[in-house]
Amino acid sequence: MTLLDWTIAPFNDYAFMRRALAGTSAAALGAAPLGVFLVLRRMSLMGDAMSHAILPGVAAGFLLSGLSLWAMLLGGLLTGLLVALLAGVVARLTPLREDASFAAFYLISLGLGVLLVSVRGSSVDLLHVLFGTVLGLDDTALLLVTSVASVTLLVMAALYRLLVAECLDADFLRACGGRGSWAHMTFLVLVVVNLVAGFQVLGTLMVVGMMMLPAAAARFWQPTVAGQIALSALLGVGASIAGLLISYHYNLPASPAIILTAGVAYLFSVTCGPQGGLMHGLRPRTFSLKEE
Amino acid sequence: MHNDFAAHVRRRVLMMLTIGVASVCAPIVAHGDEPLRVVATFSILGDMVREIGGDDVMVTTLVGPDGDAHTYEPTPAAARQLKAADVLVKNGLDFETWLPRLAKATDFSGSTVVATAGIVPRKMSESASAERHHADAAQSHTADQKQIKGSAEAGAHDEDHDHGDHGHDHDGSGAHTHEGHHHHGDQDPHAWQSLQNGAIYARNIAAGLATADPAHAAAYRQRAHAYIVRIEALDAQIRKTFADIPAERRRVVSSHDAFGYFGNAYGVRFIPVAGLSTDAEPSAADMARIIEQVKREHVPAVFVENISSPALIQQIARETGARVGGTLYSDALAPSGQPAATYLGMFEWNARQLFEALQPQ
Repeated sequence: MTLLDWTIAPFNDYAFMRRALAGTSAAALGAAPLGVFLVLRRMSLMGDAMSHAILPGVAAGFLLSGLSLWAMLLGGLLTGLLVALLAGVVARLTPLREDASFAAFYLISLGLGVLLVSVRGSSVDLLHVLFGTVLGLDDTALLLVTSVASVTLLVMAALYRLLVAECLDADFLRACGGRGSWAHMTFLVLVVVNLVAGFQVLGTLMVVGMMMLPAAAARFWQPTVAGQIALSALLGVGASIAGLLISYHYNLPASPAIILTAGVAYLFSVTCGPQGGLMHGLRPRTFSLKEE
Repeated sequence: MHNDFAAHVRRRVLMMLTIGVASVCAPIVAHGDEPLRVVATFSILGDMVREIGGDDVMVTTLVGPDGDAHTYEPTPAAARQLKAADVLVKNGLDFETWLPRLAKATDFSGSTVVATAGIVPRKMSESASAERHHADAAQSHTADQKQIKGSAEAGAHDEDHDHGDHGHDHDGSGAHTHEGHHHHGDQDPHAWQSLQNGAIYARNIAAGLATADPAHAAAYRQRAHAYIVRIEALDAQIRKTFADIPAERRRVVSSHDAFGYFGNAYGVRFIPVAGLSTDAEPSAADMARIIEQVKREHVPAVFVENISSPALIQQIARETGARVGGTLYSDALAPSGQPAATYLGMFEWNARQLFEALQPQ
């Protein structure tokens, strides 16, 4: 088997492989800038929390109108946004830090969600239905992830300078009369939209993994925010291709394969990355000590 | 299964000896004119008990319509219902893996009816686990086909029988996967998917109800008889329907290995999709292999069941040009008001869906 057979043929032969690649690549592109800012803002666990927070809305959507993608999406979006906004507001108005207020609200939301799911009797079938899978993307699903990614990239481009300023020196921005809070809220909305659409289409693990792992890895290679965003998008797409091929050739489930590939990239970056990676981190420090 | 039942009977006998006969018989004596309280484990049994018991019983179903009895987790309400029940009707053949723990927790003291008693169990087709361990299948089609054919007869060889704990950890995230969805043991429990077995179910249930409630025994037997006449009429009708379809067209792909008995009874070959049941996530290799198989064998239709996610099946249909059949009901009935809300209604519905999808265009 030549290298070409190994890498190109699966995508050439099967539409589900092409669809999976398109969907995961779109998710990687949209999630890259969000992930980088989440890492910068020390909100890396937000994606995970959000996967719990959307449950009551999705369950309510399901209970009201059955297996409708849009009803569940809308429900998930509403509860997700509500949790994100409430957490953001509490963090801004009280001394409680954002991660703590987030944790509080997502736990309340999760409790409500489990309650709603249990009302219907069997919880498992609902949970299986609620979360998508990479290998079964239809046109609606693809359209959804690609639209969300496009909108995310456009809005992020428009808000970029504000967000960087807000991230690095919120007080300065406020002193200048900047609309930092507003930008931050928009950013949170984007995160929720990406996560909710991703859960429905790609599955929880896929979308949270795609958001955080490439961003965390890129941080070790690029000093600038712009560089990190570009690199993390690239890493995400690369992990998608490699993970799908591994799933195809070694008979492994697809989304764990993709996420573990991204995980390997992260571990490599932690050890070898020039921006504070373990290997590079040791040398300059001893050197600078001698200089002093 | 039978061990389980025997153990249950032994426990009851022991209890009678130690606690005294009166207390055990109390619930049976007490109801008098009140209806017999019956708990059925899942919706199909519930419907049968309702048909046979009529107004003389009050039926509660633990796993309701569209619920998945494989992965059901008992609730406190279920425990309360079971504790209050005079009779428990279960499928048996290790279908209700969660039941022994529930029965133990509630000190259920009534009698148990095993609906599958006397049925010749079918060996579980091992394709689900066998195909999953078959690496690199997408490249070797001939070996692949052998594997699938062989696995149908092979019976159990690498299922570890872990009925005690399926490791369900529902934290609500949905990110977990279930190991061992099909660890029923080596016998296929979905015996109700053949109407002839359905008649045996009806007889067993009638006998069980008659024993627990001798006052209405005649009524139970009479209703069961009328029910069995209807079952047998539908059976004959469905046999005739499928006989009209050419044998080489009588094959479909379905997402859950629950139609073995149906396939045997009516000559339809169900190709279960490995890893596409309600539990584990499939690999890209699984998908590729199934697509190749559907193309190679010219399978006319792929089917979605009421308890599994349709996304993957629809992708297979898109990629192979096979028709997507309507919903097939396997382990649970439809909510009331729909055609498949009863056992016979479900059977008629499934047969019609299959017939329509398999007919030559």
